[in-house]
Amino acid sequence: MSLAIHTTNLRKVFDENIAVRGLTLQVEPGEVFGFLGPNGAGKTTSIKMLLGLVAPTAGSATLLGAPLGDRTARARIGFLPEHFRFHDWLTANEFLRVHGQLYGMSAARVRARVPELLDLVKLTPFRDKQLCTFSKGMLQRIGLAQALLNDPALVFLDEPTSGLDPVGRRLVRDIIRDLRARGTTIFLNSHLLSEVEITCDRVAFIKHGEVMRVSELKTLVTGATSVTVRAHGLTPAALAGLSAWSKDVRADGDQVTLTVADEAALPAINRYLVAQNVAVFALTPQHLSLEDLFIQIVGTDGGL
Amino acid sequence: MPIVTIARLTFLEALRRRILLAAFLLGVAFLALYAFGFSQMHDQIMANNAASQMYATLLKSGMDNFLTLAGLYAVNFLALAMGALVSADTLAGEISSGTIQSLVTKPVRRAEIVLGKWLGFAGLLALYLVLMVGGVMAVAYVFDGYVVPNVVSGVALIYLEALLVMTVTLACSSTFSTLATGGVIFGLYGIAFIGGWVEQFGALLQNSAAINLGIVSSLIIPSEALWRRAAYEMTPPLAQAMGMSFSGPMLTVSVPSTLMIGYAVGYLAVALALGVRAFARRDL
Repeated sequence: MSLAIHTTNLRKVFDENIAVRGLTLQVEPGEVFGFLGPNGAGKTTSIKMLLGLVAPTAGSATLLGAPLGDRTARARIGFLPEHFRFHDWLTANEFLRVHGQLYGMSAARVRARVPELLDLVKLTPFRDKQLCTFSKGMLQRIGLAQALLNDPALVFLDEPTSGLDPVGRRLVRDIIRDLRARGTTIFLNSHLLSEVEITCDRVAFIKHGEVMRVSELKTLVTGATSVTVRAHGLTPAALAGLSAWSKDVRADGDQVTLTVADEAALPAINRYLVAQNVAVFALTPQHLSLEDLFIQIVGTDGGL
Repeated sequence: MPIVTIARLTFLEALRRRILLAAFLLGVAFLALYAFGFSQMHDQIMANNAASQMYATLLKSGMDNFLTLAGLYAVNFLALAMGALVSADTLAGEISSGTIQSLVTKPVRRAEIVLGKWLGFAGLLALYLVLMVGGVMAVAYVFDGYVVPNVVSGVALIYLEALLVMTVTLACSSTFSTLATGGVIFGLYGIAFIGGWVEQFGALLQNSAAINLGIVSSLIIPSEALWRRAAYEMTPPLAQAMGMSFSGPMLTVSVPSTLMIGYAVGYLAVALALGVRAFARRDL
C-alpha cells in the first residue's frame, strides 16, 4: 500500500519570500498525523500545495500514490479549510448536495450520504436553514460534514476545532477517532496541542518551512521522566542518596526535582525515602508535554 | 458534470441574493415607463397629423422604429451593465473570501469552474434579454402593431454584445480584484462609446482619420460596434438606404461590417480562454 502523503523537498517561494523551504514528509495510510509549527512556519502554504490551491515552486509530492492534482485521487480526499467560508446563501442540505455533486458522487449516493452526515455533525434540525444564519461552530461542523461526504481515504483538517465550544470539540475528537478506526488517514493542522496530544499518532514539527522533527506521540510519554517530590525532613544525607537514581537532583525547601531514566524507578525511590525517615507527601512524574517539546524544538522565538 | 453544477450554483446565487428579483422589478418599472412614453408620443403625432393620412402612416412607421430602437438602446445598456456587475465579483470575490477553496479542491478542473460560471451568467443574460427585449417589442406591437425587421439577428447581436462584456469582465475577475475589474470594464466601455461617436461624426464629415480612430476603438473592444450593427439590422431597408439608421440617440452612418461581428466572436473566445488560463495558473 502506498503512502497516504509523500512529499520530497516541496518548496514555495512567493516573490522574494520563502514560504516553504523544502518539505519532506511521509504519512502512512491510516494514521492520524499532526502538523505543528508556529505561525508563519509555512503550515497553511504546505497544505495548500498538497491540495492544489498553490503551485509548488520545486519538489514533488504524491497523495494516495498519485501525483498532485490527480482528479481520481482528489475524489478520495476531503478538506476542511481553515477559514471555512462557504456559499452562505445555500441551506445546509443544498450545500452538502452541491459538494456531493462536485465530488462526482452519484445522485443516489448523495441522497444517502447527506442525511447521514447532517446526523453525524448534529445539524439535522438545521438542514433547511441557510448557512448565513449559522454560528461559527455550526459552520465548522457543516464544513467537516462536507469534508467527509465522499467517505475519503485521506482528510485534511485545518484547525478543525478553533471555532468550537467544548462540546463541539469533543464531537470532532469522536469523529476523528471513528475515522481512524475505519482506517482513514487524517492530516491535522492544529494549534491546540492538547487536542493533538489526544488524537494524533505522530506529529511533525515544522519551522521555516522545514520538518524539524517527526515524533511518535507514544515515545513522548516514555523514557526519561522528571519527578517532583514533596517531602518533609529531607536531610543532606538523604538527598545525596538520591543520586543513585538521578544525576540531577535539585532541592528547594520541601520540594525536590530529579530526573529518572524510567518511571519504574519511582517505587524504589519512595521506599528509600521512607527508610530515611522522610515524610513523603507526593511523588509526581512530570511527563514531557507536547508543549514542552514544541518549545524545545521550535524555540521561544516563535520561529521568526 | 461539474460545469452544470457550477452553472446551476451561479444561477441560484443570483436568485438567492435577489439580483434576479431586483433586475426583474426594475425591468418592469422601465417597461412601464417606456410604455407610457411610447403611448404619449404616439398620440401626439397622430393628433397633429390627422389631416394627411399618407403622411401620418409614413411618419408613424418611422416613429415606431425610432422609439423601438430607443427602447432597445436602453435595454442594451442595461444588459451590458448587468453582465459586468454580476460577473465582476464572481471569481475575485470568491478568491478573496475563500469560498473558492472548497470548490477547487474537489475533483474538478479549474477550467470547469470558470466555464460553469460563464454558462450560468449566459443563462441569466438570456433570461434578462427575453424579458426586456420582449417587453419593448411588445409595447410597439400592442400600441401600433409594429414589429422591427430582422428581430432574430438584431437580438442575437445584442445578446452577443452582452456576452462579450460579461466574458471580458469574468476574465479580468480571474486575475484582478473586483474593483480593478470594474475599473477596467467601464474604462473599456468608455473607449468603445466615445470611439463610436467619433466614427459617426467622422463618417458624417467624411473625415477618414476619425473613422479609422472609431474602428480602432472597436478593435480594442467591439461592444459598441455590435450594438450599432444590431440597430442597423433592425432598421427598415428604406431608412437604411437613406442613411437614417438610428442607434439610440445617434445616427449610424458608418455601419460595422460582418467582419467586425466575426472579430467580436473571436474576441470573446480569446478573452474566455485567457480567463480560464489565468485562473488555472493562479495561487489561491
